[in-house]
Amino acid sequence: MTALIQSAPASSARQYRFSWADAGPFLALAALLALGFLINPDFLSPTNLANVITRSAYIAIIAVGATFVISSGALDLSVGSMVAFIAGITIMFMNIMAPSLGVWAIPAGMAVAVVTGLLCGLANGLVVTVGQIEPFIATLGTMGIFRALITYMTNGGTIPIDRSLREAYRPVYFGTVAGIPIPILISAAVAALGAFVLYKTKYGRRCAAVGASEDVARYSGISVVSTRTIAYVIQGACVAIAAICYVPRLGAATPTTGQLWELQVITAVVIGGTALRGGKGRIWGTIAGAVILELIANLMVLSDFVSEYLVAAVQGVIIIIAMLVQRFSK
Amino acid sequence: MLSRKWVAAVAVGALMVAGQALAADKKVVAVSIPAADHGWTAGVVYHAQAAAKEINAAFPNVEVVVKTSPSAADQVSALEDLSASRKLDALVILPYTSEELTQPVKAIKDIGTFITVVDRGLTDASIQDLYLAGDNIAVGANTAKFMIDKLGGKGDIVVLRGIPTVIDDERIKGFQDTIKGTGIKVLDIQYAHWNSDEAFKLMQDYLAKYPHIDAVWANDDDMLLGVLEAVKQSGRTDIKLALGGNGMKDIVKKVIDGDAVTPVETPYPPAMIKTAIYMTVANLIGQAPVRGHVKLDAPLITQANAKEYYFPDSPF
Repeated sequence: MTALIQSAPASSARQYRFSWADAGPFLALAALLALGFLINPDFLSPTNLANVITRSAYIAIIAVGATFVISSGALDLSVGSMVAFIAGITIMFMNIMAPSLGVWAIPAGMAVAVVTGLLCGLANGLVVTVGQIEPFIATLGTMGIFRALITYMTNGGTIPIDRSLREAYRPVYFGTVAGIPIPILISAAVAALGAFVLYKTKYGRRCAAVGASEDVARYSGISVVSTRTIAYVIQGACVAIAAICYVPRLGAATPTTGQLWELQVITAVVIGGTALRGGKGRIWGTIAGAVILELIANLMVLSDFVSEYLVAAVQGVIIIIAMLVQRFSK
Repeated sequence: MLSRKWVAAVAVGALMVAGQALAADKKVVAVSIPAADHGWTAGVVYHAQAAAKEINAAFPNVEVVVKTSPSAADQVSALEDLSASRKLDALVILPYTSEELTQPVKAIKDIGTFITVVDRGLTDASIQDLYLAGDNIAVGANTAKFMIDKLGGKGDIVVLRGIPTVIDDERIKGFQDTIKGTGIKVLDIQYAHWNSDEAFKLMQDYLAKYPHIDAVWANDDDMLLGVLEAVKQSGRTDIKLALGGNGMKDIVKKVIDGDAVTPVETPYPPAMIKTAIYMTVANLIGQAPVRGHVKLDAPLITQANAKEYYFPDSPF
């Protein structure tokens, strides 16, 4: 029970008292926006900001799931390959169904994506919990499996979506509702739901308790196996939602889809204030982290004083500075 | 009875000897290539398998064996396996890396096998009997020439380059050397790692940064797909040309259809593996002399000749 008692007041304190540590990622975000404006005023133009936040949506959505996995004390390296695999399955299913279902093949394909995502997450979760294999190794294995499967499905090339569905599906990435791009709305909804589950439900508190100390959680009557497995299943669902938003952008899945996204996801989660060793999750911080990563990349192109050869180095430095700012603001 | 048995035995024996002779006469050509891990290598696998099928059907006394390997280390093992089980008359190889494959290929050369090297050279050029490759400098240069003509010698352009490698450097060098001294100005050049998603983002950023862009060059077709999507989303009409390179079927199809923004394409065709296999077999079967260096040019693919470069069944 200790873990429950400890984590409950902490989460209610967060609602009423301002905490510099929690505000860290948002301060970093604000600083980056100000810096960007000084470098190039076009940076804050509505079109540019809408573009950048929209394309951060994939990483943000996946990172919400990763916040659960990481706060429960585990890790998932397979998410990038999983996006590619789910996108491939979804496109193949939609293409097969297009002649008989017409445009309805799109929602049917989305359902297939979600089911595939849940199953992939469940597989990861069971290998880690029931199989008792280190999360790093287990998901490194599934990462290779998903990547190989998408390469096999595409014969190394691309799986394009059927032309008859292309235009109908496009708005899911490029469309807007009340002026706000749809992927932004979807990631906001996913984050709100994630925040509710992590902060307000029993499961969320169990998740943090398992991440803080497996033994204490077990003595408190929390099932470590089911808690972590559910975290992986949530991760799988988030990856599926990201894949659903991904497919309409370029209308194809390739063996290089989602490559290295796992590292971006983990970086977003950690910039957001979630401890990599588990025990503490920050959903809104994660979202800020994902936007920060995408803004840095955008800023590199919009500024003129970084050589194309040094972009990655400058990005690395900015990420480390952002983490240091957070560390010392505590 | 006895004599009949003898006749049968002699007949069977003769058949066996004939069979042996046939097997011994069969020339074996091994083809060792990287496994399909992206569009271009997928094309190489497709064309190598197509060549093997066609040659095996056309020449009963030739056997072409295709072996794909997912890494340099695997390719070294594959070479050992191929040469251990039978005598190879010829080896056609697209090496994963130059350094690691040089010694293993030399070992096969030493047992008297004809060596054809494709695309990526070995560190010791004396090993190969035939070397066949495309021309990456021409890919950049020919694209630049077309762009200069089409834009009337002046204009503001942006460039997307791939992964920092010799291939990328050569294409960029060919392009930059050709536009030198003209009114074409490169506003920006950045890496997008031959990846559609990264190219999409980079093009969005270029569009945000520069209010007027006359043309875009992505030095690979995967990137061009991302570029076209970003331009379409922006609704901008100032971009008159968006060109790629490599010969992906989707882009060649655009050329065939007379696309206004992508009217031409420059090939670095994965089908070069097929050229190499056919030339090697021509040497084995027809005694056609083929030793030497063959460099395929990168002629502009236009609506007139696009059919020659269009492979609808290939994954690339």
